Amino acid sequence: MTKAMSIAAKTKQIVKKHGGDKSGMIAVLQDIQEAFNYLPKEALKTAAKAMNVPFSRVYEAATFYTAFSLKPRGKNVVKICMGTACHVRGAAVLQDKFERTLGIKPGETTKDKKFSLETVNCVGACALGPVVVINADYHGQVTMKKIDKIIDNINKEGA
Amino acid sequence: MKENSDVQVHQVANELRLNYGPNKKFITVCAGTGCRAYGSLKVKEALEAELKKQNMNVEVLATGCLGFCEKGPMVVIHPDKYFYQSVKVEDVPEIVSKTVAKGEVISRLFYRHPETQKTLFREEDLPFYKKQLRVVFGKNGMIDPTRIDDYLTIEGYQALAKVLSEMTPEQVINEVKKAGLRGRGGGGFHAAVKWEGVRKAHGEPKYVIANGDEGDPGAYMDRSLMEGNPHSIIEGMIIGAYAVGSHEGYIYVRNEYPLAVTHLTMAIEAAREKGLLGKNILGTDFSFDIKINKGAGAFVCGESSALFASIEGRAGEPRAKYVHAVEKGLYDKPTVLNNVETWANVPLIINKGADWYASIGTEGSKGTKIFSLVGKINNTGLIEVPMGTTLYEIIYDMGGGIPKGRKFKAVQTGGPSGGCIPESLLDIPVDFDKLYEVGSMMGSGGMIVMDDTSCMVDVARYFTTFLQEESCGKCVPCREGVRRMKEILDDICAGKGREGDVELLEKIATGVADGSLCALGGSAPNPVLSTIKYFRDEYEAHIKEHRCPAGVCKALITYSIDAEKCTGCGACIKVCPTQAISGEKKKAHTIDNNKCTRCGACIESCKFESIIVK
Repeated sequence: MTKAMSIAAKTKQIVKKHGGDKSGMIAVLQDIQEAFNYLPKEALKTAAKAMNVPFSRVYEAATFYTAFSLKPRGKNVVKICMGTACHVRGAAVLQDKFERTLGIKPGETTKDKKFSLETVNCVGACALGPVVVINADYHGQVTMKKIDKIIDNINKEGA
Repeated sequence: MKENSDVQVHQVANELRLNYGPNKKFITVCAGTGCRAYGSLKVKEALEAELKKQNMNVEVLATGCLGFCEKGPMVVIHPDKYFYQSVKVEDVPEIVSKTVAKGEVISRLFYRHPETQKTLFREEDLPFYKKQLRVVFGKNGMIDPTRIDDYLTIEGYQALAKVLSEMTPEQVINEVKKAGLRGRGGGGFHAAVKWEGVRKAHGEPKYVIANGDEGDPGAYMDRSLMEGNPHSIIEGMIIGAYAVGSHEGYIYVRNEYPLAVTHLTMAIEAAREKGLLGKNILGTDFSFDIKINKGAGAFVCGESSALFASIEGRAGEPRAKYVHAVEKGLYDKPTVLNNVETWANVPLIINKGADWYASIGTEGSKGTKIFSLVGKINNTGLIEVPMGTTLYEIIYDMGGGIPKGRKFKAVQTGGPSGGCIPESLLDIPVDFDKLYEVGSMMGSGGMIVMDDTSCMVDVARYFTTFLQEESCGKCVPCREGVRRMKEILDDICAGKGREGDVELLEKIATGVADGSLCALGGSAPNPVLSTIKYFRDEYEAHIKEHRCPAGVCKALITYSIDAEKCTGCGACIKVCPTQAISGEKKKAHTIDNNKCTRCGACIESCKFESIIVK
């Protein structure tokens, strides 16, 4: 209950910051996601009321844009770049490797909530291809061997 | 009053320039995305710490992207302009004690010509840079993008001062028209025609927008401009706003570019403080201000009407094209939308004049264009060349050819709206019209080079999958047609292709191109049609012979081990996730094809290139 209230309070604050108007919709959703790491249903409902728009309008925007997630995401978000330059340098092979190693498909989160796997249509670091972005860090010229190392390091840090 | 504003900018610039005289000693470190990933910020910190330790008062600038991303991090020592590449933190003490203190060079840090092995000291000597004409992008290396004063020292905001003090809006539009500036976002529409349309259109307010939603996979030049020289975009927009009579502007930036948002935000604030943005710019009665909007990961938002919808807070769905943005754009008001690179060209045209600008390029395409040269190429990075440079010059002279001596197969331009150009057309001059003629397009400037290990059917499938995911779903031809094309291509790549599939693809492609609402669907068939046109034999090998000549499509290939090359080291056995490889130490190994999933782990692990893909 208190959690739901804090979500609502935070959301109201965010809507207010962006002028309370529906033209701030995308920015509001971005800030909500930044605050909670995903878009909680409670927040979307609160935002709809605060901006005076039907819930369906908020839901439409939240599901249209790929940057938004309606499910909670893991502590570490792995984004595999699927841009053309990365594709011709073997991004698909790396995706298989991540799926095998983490045991999840893109869009899913590991049971221990440590990792989420996502694919992105080009992160704009094409010269480094194939690229994987983990949280805010860019990893260039990634190989399967490097993936093992990167995941090991994160596991060690978290332990 | 107007004259005052001109004097004001010139005075500030002159004062600042004194600080950056030709003999001033300073160091620049490239802080573009590529160099950052290679650790350039750590190199910068180390340089500052070392300079302090050795009691030297030399400034270190973190500049925007220099383009040669392959060799990052790059450090340039001024005033000698020594160009050090692939610099590591360990190199820093030597750089400071030798080069900065005594002017001695460190030869291992210079670029070596791959053929002549000659050591090249300065940027302009490198083959990568030699044929470039970096009039827009080259300024990145001279400034710290977070400091407006740096931009002012390189003639920054002089064009704005000139426009506000000497030119009428009509004269500005005429100058841009005479220069022949065409939109750098892809379509190549004449900028001045848009501007004129908005100037004459009825309705207030009028909006000016910079499209920084660089969605084409394989392209990142707009990112490097927004991150590396944000003021050039802002100055261009202010000039455009003055020309069309607008007081409100937006920059729409991709969600994936947080650093671009930070630098643009800082630049806007700094410009406001200096009276270059906001009310009564440079003391005149002209006012204009800019807001930043962030995208949220939708490729279609690069399309004008979808972009307006997104700024208005809605899902980015395009609308029918008979409504023109110049009359009814953002909030149904007259709107100029230009790509960020287009805006960055505007100050240049005003400063150097339309005649100078129009002297660069080809008959129909003037000026320069920035390309991202990536994929299977030796010198990956960003290049700026005069329009009309041939693909051959770009790929072989600047790009240094294909790695590992492999064979060139195709270059893909124009993103998902473009096509694949084969070797036989490498001598075409690159401009808007010529690329269109050969079934591709300029697009925003991605050039992805492919070699004989790239499967062209797989590339067509890749783009169609991309477009099917990014189609907004509003109109049927795009939503259903692209999906059907993807299904057919999936089948072909999975070895389930049927006779007649190629013809069916061509037929659906026509329907999608003709019937779609916006350019996403309208140009969606290009990757498929261009690969069919130039690489039909690959489609046929997949369908008729169940064979992928490039060795990419998993269902059509098998792995085996070359017994002569295999040393029996066991590295592949260790990495194989399905235990498909067996063999004794120091004896040739074998692969069990029933267990093999063709994941590629053994290929990566084998130092002797003994895995055969067929």
